[in-house]
Amino acid sequence: MRPDLEIIQQWVQRGQHVLDLGCGDGTLLDFLQRERGASGFGLEINPEHITTCMGRGVSVIEQNLDSQGLDNFDDGMFDVVLMTQALQAVRRPDRVIEEMLRVGREGIVTFPNFAHWRLRWGLTLSGRMPESNALPYKWYNTPNIRLCTFKDFEALCKQKGIRIKSRRVVDGQHQNSWLARLWPNLLGEIAIYRITREES
Amino acid sequence: MPDSVPSDSVGIVSPQTIAFNTPLELACGQTLEEYELVVETYGTLNEDASNAVLICHALSGHHHAAGYHCADDRKPGWWDSCIGPGKPIDTNRFFVVSLNNLGGCHGSTGPSSINPATGKPYGPDFPVITVTDWVHSQARLADRLGIQQWAAVVGGSLGGMQAMQWSLSYPDRLRHAVIIASTPKLSAQNIAFNEVARQAITSDTEFHDGRYYDFDTVPRRGLMLARMVGHITYLSDASMGEKFGRELREEAFKFGYDAEFQVESYLRYQGERFSETFDANTYLLMTRALDYFDPAWHTEGDLARALTPATCEYLVLSFSTDWRFSPARSEEMVNAMISARKKVSYAEVDAPWGHDAFLIPTPRYTDIFTAYMGRVARETGA
Repeated sequence: MRPDLEIIQQWVQRGQHVLDLGCGDGTLLDFLQRERGASGFGLEINPEHITTCMGRGVSVIEQNLDSQGLDNFDDGMFDVVLMTQALQAVRRPDRVIEEMLRVGREGIVTFPNFAHWRLRWGLTLSGRMPESNALPYKWYNTPNIRLCTFKDFEALCKQKGIRIKSRRVVDGQHQNSWLARLWPNLLGEIAIYRITREES
Repeated sequence: MPDSVPSDSVGIVSPQTIAFNTPLELACGQTLEEYELVVETYGTLNEDASNAVLICHALSGHHHAAGYHCADDRKPGWWDSCIGPGKPIDTNRFFVVSLNNLGGCHGSTGPSSINPATGKPYGPDFPVITVTDWVHSQARLADRLGIQQWAAVVGGSLGGMQAMQWSLSYPDRLRHAVIIASTPKLSAQNIAFNEVARQAITSDTEFHDGRYYDFDTVPRRGLMLARMVGHITYLSDASMGEKFGRELREEAFKFGYDAEFQVESYLRYQGERFSETFDANTYLLMTRALDYFDPAWHTEGDLARALTPATCEYLVLSFSTDWRFSPARSEEMVNAMISARKKVSYAEVDAPWGHDAFLIPTPRYTDIFTAYMGRVARETGA
C-alpha cells in the first residue's frame, strides 16, 4: 500500500462509515473494509478506476465533485471523509473542505506542498513552473489547478474555524524525517491532515 | 443463427412451461387460481444453489434472453450480448433463469390465454398485474427451482424495477440487485407517452373492448401506433439523426403524406412487425405496470424510507443519452440508497443510443457489468 495510505488507515477506527473522495482503484477502502470492518463509499470519475472498484467489491459512485458537490449526502452521515491527493485538483477546495466536514465528523486530507524547497529552488533557478515527483505535469496539462502550501491550508482552516487534530508531513518517499518535522513548509513534500469542527 | 454455434453463445435452448396451482393474490384484489410461466435456463445450478441469477424482462421482452431456439433462427435471444459463456452474466459460472412474466404473450398466462372459468381468452378480464405481483410469482418460480437465494436479480428498464422490488419484498432472497436504465417511478411525461400508446390501441375499431380474439381480429393499427411512439422514446435524437438524418426514400419530395423520409418507413416497419407478434392487451397491461410502480407510494414519497428492508447490494447503471429514464432518475434511486445506508455502486455510461443502450454492448458497459458480476460469482462460489 502507498505509504500515505498506510498512515491514513491507522486513523480509521473499527466499523467506521467512510467516504473516500477520489477513491482511485479502491485500494484504501478495500483495505479498510477487510481489515477494519469499515463501510462506506468511494467517489470517482475515472472509468477504469470505477470498474476496478466494482470488481473488488468497493461501493463506488461515479460523481464529479466540481459539478455535483456532495449535495446527495446527508449531514454527519460519515465518521470520516477522506481525500487523498485530490484537493489541489478541484475547482473550489474551500467549499469541498466545508462539505467534507458537513457530511463527516472528521476529514483526512493529503496534498502536495507547493512551498517544498525543491519547487522553490526550481522556480528560482529556471524561472519556469516547477515539476516534481509529487507534481509531475506541465503547467498547461496539469490537473492540479489549486496548488497551495501547508501554511496556506492551515490559514484556510483557521479562517473557517476548522481544528487541525493532527498533521503528518512526509517527504517524497513518505518518510517522516526529523528535518521535515523541523521545517515542514520548506522540507515536507506531502502533508496528511486530520481535521474536524468538533471541540477537542 | 450463424453456421455454427458461436463459442460465447449458450447455443440451442428450449423453453419449458411450469404450472402453478397455488392461488396468487394480486395487488388489485383479485386472485389468479392457477397460472403457467414459460422459462428458459442457461448454465448449471451448483450444489448449494448459490449461483442462480434471475433475468427480469422489460416491456416487450420475454423468456428467450439468450441463445437460439433452432439452427434456422435469424437472431439470438434479446439479451444475448450479455448472457453466455465468458459474457458479463457468465453461464460457465451462473445458472441463469429467464421467464416470460405473468400477463405476457409469449406463453405465460396472460390476457390471450384461455380463462378456465369461461373457456375463452381472458381478454380484458385478465387482472392488471403489478411489478410486485411479478416478484411474488417469480419467488414461487424460485421455490420450484430449489433456489432459496439469488446471487443476483438483474434487469433493465421495467426489469430493473422488478430487481428493485425483489430487494424490498424478499430482502433475504437475493444478494445483489442490478438495476440498469431504470427509474424509481415514472414521471408524468413517461405516463403521458404510455397513455398515448394505450389510446392508440383502445381506439382502434378492431379492439372490441379487448375481446378482439372473439372476433378473430387484432387491433393491429393501434398496436403499431403504440409501438411507434414507444420506439421513439427508446432512441436518442442523436442516434436517430445518425441512422436516418433527413434522408428520403426517393430523390425528391412527392408533396404527399406517405412515408417519404427514411425514419418514417423505419418506424412503420418496426410498428408493423411488432403488431404481428405482440398482444395488444399485454401491451396495455405492461404499460400500466410501469405507471403503477412506485415503492415510495407507501412512505409519503420517501424512497430512502421505502428502501429500509433491503439488505442486498445494488449496482445501478444509466446511459448518458437515455431520456426515457435519464441518468438523473437513476441518481434519484442511488441517492435514496445512500441515504438509507445501503451498499450501492453507480456509473453513468456514455452511449449514444438512448434507452436502448442497455441492450447494446459497449466497452465500458461490458467492462463494468463483467467486473461486477465476476465479483458476485467469486462471492457466491459460482
